[in-house]
Amino acid sequence: MDFTALTISQIQELLKSRQATAVEIAEAHLAHIEQKDKEVRAYLSLCPERALEQAKRVDAKIAAGEALAPLAGAPLAVKDVILTRGLRTTCASRILENFVAPYDATAVERLEQAGAVVLGKTNCDEFAMGSSTENSGFYPTHNPHDLTRVPGGSSGGSAAAVAAHLATAALGSDTGGSIRQPAAFCDIVGMMGTYGRVSRYGLVAFASSLDHIGPFGRSVRDVALVLQTIAGHDPMDSTSAPVPVGDYASALTGNVRGVRVGVPNEYLKGLSSEIGDNIQKAIDLLSKLGCSIIPISLPHTDYAIACYYIICTAEASSNLARYDGVRYGFRSPQHTDLQDMYRKTRDRGFGAEVKRRIMLGTYALSSGYYDAYYLKAQKVRTLITRDFVEAFDEVDVIVTPTSPIPPFKLGERVDDPLQMYLADIYTVTASLAGIPGISVPCGKTPSKPHLPVGMQVFAKHFDETKLLQVAHAFEKAGGFKLASAGGENPVTA
Amino acid sequence: MAVSATARTKYEAVIGLEVHVQLLTKSKIFCSCSTHFGDPPNSNVCPVCLGLPGALPVLNREAVAMAMKAALALNCAINSRSRFARKNYFYPDLPKGYQISQYDEPLSQDGWIEIEVEGRKRRIGITRVHLEEDAGKSLHEGFPDSERKSYIDLNRSGVPLIEIVSEPDLRTPDEAYEYLTRLRTILLYLDVSNCNMEEGSLRCDANVSVRVAGAPAFGIKTEVKNLNSFRFLQKALAYEIERQIEMVESGESIQQETRLWDSREQRTYGMRSKEFAHDYRYFPEPDLLPLVITEEWKEEVRRSLPELPQSREERFATTHGLPRQDATLLTVTRTMAEFFEEVVKGGAEPKLAANWLLNEYSFLLEEAKVGFTDFPVASADFAKLLTLVGQKTISGTMAKEVLRDMIMTRKGPDQIVTEKGLQQINDTEKIAAVAREVIAANPKQVEQYRKGKTATLGWFVGQVMKATRGQANPQLVQDVLKKELD
Repeated sequence: MDFTALTISQIQELLKSRQATAVEIAEAHLAHIEQKDKEVRAYLSLCPERALEQAKRVDAKIAAGEALAPLAGAPLAVKDVILTRGLRTTCASRILENFVAPYDATAVERLEQAGAVVLGKTNCDEFAMGSSTENSGFYPTHNPHDLTRVPGGSSGGSAAAVAAHLATAALGSDTGGSIRQPAAFCDIVGMMGTYGRVSRYGLVAFASSLDHIGPFGRSVRDVALVLQTIAGHDPMDSTSAPVPVGDYASALTGNVRGVRVGVPNEYLKGLSSEIGDNIQKAIDLLSKLGCSIIPISLPHTDYAIACYYIICTAEASSNLARYDGVRYGFRSPQHTDLQDMYRKTRDRGFGAEVKRRIMLGTYALSSGYYDAYYLKAQKVRTLITRDFVEAFDEVDVIVTPTSPIPPFKLGERVDDPLQMYLADIYTVTASLAGIPGISVPCGKTPSKPHLPVGMQVFAKHFDETKLLQVAHAFEKAGGFKLASAGGENPVTA
Repeated sequence: MAVSATARTKYEAVIGLEVHVQLLTKSKIFCSCSTHFGDPPNSNVCPVCLGLPGALPVLNREAVAMAMKAALALNCAINSRSRFARKNYFYPDLPKGYQISQYDEPLSQDGWIEIEVEGRKRRIGITRVHLEEDAGKSLHEGFPDSERKSYIDLNRSGVPLIEIVSEPDLRTPDEAYEYLTRLRTILLYLDVSNCNMEEGSLRCDANVSVRVAGAPAFGIKTEVKNLNSFRFLQKALAYEIERQIEMVESGESIQQETRLWDSREQRTYGMRSKEFAHDYRYFPEPDLLPLVITEEWKEEVRRSLPELPQSREERFATTHGLPRQDATLLTVTRTMAEFFEEVVKGGAEPKLAANWLLNEYSFLLEEAKVGFTDFPVASADFAKLLTLVGQKTISGTMAKEVLRDMIMTRKGPDQIVTEKGLQQINDTEKIAAVAREVIAANPKQVEQYRKGKTATLGWFVGQVMKATRGQANPQLVQDVLKKELD
């Protein structure tokens, strides 16, 4: 049996019926990584000892007749911007190349308490800044569906690992689409909960008011299981919300009859048929499942990219100030004085995109520019949030494409940061509004080489349940494998 | 410096103080590390106050309560919603590369303190009191390799501070001194800080400018730092005011800059302005929610305020009839004021108690190198001692000896008086016996007295007192001597 193709629920079944041990499942993954990750390069580092120890603990509990923990034996990958005690946590940056985390992120702690087996740390764009994982300070990750293409980003390593069966599920981080877009590119499920739903303690900050930790999986149920494990208030994060967490997985009934699905025209105009055709088919499928489809408008969508890139760079310029060579991380060996040490350390330690964003953000916060940029962006952010709040008076969920383009070739866009930023157009809005979003596969592009297309679903603040229900019903109805143009829809009403 | 007296009176100084005060919370403002002073370097640290990746601040409510206490005592309005902001700058002892402070939405604002200089009372405005975290400490000296290296101690990183900004209402170094003294007294009363300038728990910077007296506009100001004692504050201000007047008089323009007080050279000097030309790029701290103070919480804190020094001073002067100066001195610290009140409550006459506390007791404590707050003498015992003095059971001289013993042995006054046999001799017969001996031994003086030189009586009293080692009741001695001599 191929243990690497299983879902979390299937692993639970195997463990329960003693058809496999957690150690066997972990070992199967480690072996598969050894072989397959040479070409995908999803991982930056592995922790086989930690993984096998945890797997043994899980097996011992099963042997002792204890009840199975909700994620028992599930092999997981963790994006390298999330701290793991005793393991290197590099943020795919030279500046933290040898930084060993002294504590576990709350999300990692909760996963391991639930029996999950952490296999290793995955590649990403440096400090989660990018949309292709090409900004990694070490090496790019390849899309398992087409190795010449990017896996998306910034959580490209986690998405590729799950897609290539190098992990059952994974943690990523999403600031402006960094979970949802790579999920779409790698043909898997990726989700960001409401801002404040999951503790950020131990997530290396990029843009604090936008950062989320969230799960990747190959099924909606797996994503729901991981999310409900890591969600909930954490006294270590003042911005984590004291809102009760539902049993998301149990709420996945497959019945979405009567759910009001909003389709914002701003997200469809000008969309290429490469993406648009599948999204239309997906909407048709939801309609067949009994949802009512309602055209809506989110009028401030056009300002989202500008607004997002001012706020996230401003926060980043401050959040990344601590990497100064004084206490930990890389320090330039040659310098004449303190200022020179700062300059050389940061010049050599950071990559081009990180430096670009630090400079943009520093500029946006500078005296004389603050009102025109940062303050204005905050006002626009309020308007964008209001768009959503008003829309959710009329609809339960909103459906959009995840990305305006399918996975592109490695190197194709690296020289044009603006084009790269514009590709975040459909994901940054939910980040700014703080609402939950999920990306699920919805077939392949109609023309060759038939690349993965993702559909995004939003719900109102803290209504993760509704969002997961719709995504799950869509998956159950075969939406993930929607036939491309000319093909037959798998569902007959 | 040579500024003529006429020039000096032509100008007036405009001074505002920025005072940073460490709060006495047990743990730091954004993590649970201890704030204890003097522990081994970098022992009270965690991911949060070290600024490690991924760590997040969580606000200590006790720090907020203490800051509110200070703000209320300084007559400030508490904002029901305030916000933390990041102040961005690079410095090796600032682990995050920014300080979490408050900027455009502070905890409180618009307060005042009353000061009194040369009998003139003035209200000095307080612009704001806000909360922030302290940075670590750079150690540039005292290590074998200090020539090449600086060391950093982050124990102080994250210790809660309040910043108290005054309006530019102060006009002289004396007023500044008085303001800072009053402020310190109030904060000590509130028990929110130990205000120890040597340990850095109270730090003061001054903004100074000069203008032709009465001019409506302000001159260009300099910021004077490194004012590590009350004396430095006065001296540095006096120096800086003279320097600025001299410049203006000679037609030079003053540069807006940060200047450091050099106590060795007794002068201020400008820091290279490039190094300190900061654009702090303040923006709201996204890791913390806005700070909301409910009316309930505010009132709870208000109710917990002790009686403040000025009101207590007033009360001591009016209800206890103390001289104003004594009332002021007794209320400098809350412990002294409370001790005084306990002594009075214990039955001591207020004026006598004030006198003994401020003079003999302070002197004896210093002599014994014992701190007032070690409370070597219980207030009840102090009251008992003063009652003995009041009843003339012992003389003042003896009482001082007894008090000295009380400090050293921590015994009660009765016990010491009995053990040493120090009770006053009130037995007329005993005194008469001694008096007769003295009279018999000094016929010459007896003759002088009888010839009308009555002043000799004092000399006789002294002799009798000496013979009784000071234990005889002086009034009785006088009466007995008169009887014996006449």
